[in-house]
Amino acid sequence: MTAADALLVAVGAAVGAPARMLVGHWVRQRFAVGAPVGTLVVNVAGSFVLGLLVGGGAGHGWLAVGGTGFCGAFTTFSSLALEVREVAEDDGRRAAAGLVAGSLVLGLGAAAAGWVLGR
Amino acid sequence: MTTGARGPDVTVLAGVAAGGAAGSLGRWGVGLSLPPTPGGFPWATFLVNVTGALAMGLLVAVLVERPGTHRLVRPVVGVGLLGGWTTFSALAVDAVTLGDSGRLGVAALYLAATVVVGVLAVVGGLRLGRTLWAGP
Repeated sequence: MTAADALLVAVGAAVGAPARMLVGHWVRQRFAVGAPVGTLVVNVAGSFVLGLLVGGGAGHGWLAVGGTGFCGAFTTFSSLALEVREVAEDDGRRAAAGLVAGSLVLGLGAAAAGWVLGR
Repeated sequence: MTTGARGPDVTVLAGVAAGGAAGSLGRWGVGLSLPPTPGGFPWATFLVNVTGALAMGLLVAVLVERPGTHRLVRPVVGVGLLGGWTTFSALAVDAVTLGDSGRLGVAALYLAATVVVGVLAVVGGLRLGRTLWAGP
């Protein structure tokens, strides 16, 4: 099943990664906010969906395409880490700590909410 | 980012999709090599996230030091490949499931280690990249 799993992961990610770019762009344009807000929105939304899948006991194939593929690629840690560093440079360490805390609180809250709803 | 007011073009989106698929396959492969243990520290996700943060620092340093870099490099590598290689959703859900199974200490250590090592990795990547690619 490994080749089929790989295909499912690749397909989910090929949708999730450009979707992250488009949603991030839309959020920045629509609400006139910076890149960290776009990243926050995709990370929170993706955490909710993965929580739903895991909490709901999604099957192996759904976890590959929707979880590892789509949610994995829709959300990002590399951009978050870069943005935390940029916010620390531009707005100070308190603002950077706020971005970290906000991402973790909202992300884990969304994951927990999805997980509970899915059960 | 390569995004004008009208948003990213089709070439950019296709590049992001290809990079995202490649990065996610890599992340999936790391997960197969380091399978999670119940209640244990999620090493696979930790490793992809901190290495992806390091690579992001290196990439941004290249883009700053080499302004003539092709316009698709940032979206394909930064948004696609590294965005696909790293993940936030697994970080959040793994922390929640660890907490639910009573492993609050492991969950807190996992979150703190990922954030601290991840941000240090970006800073280290930026500094290393500036040294490696600094102009004459």
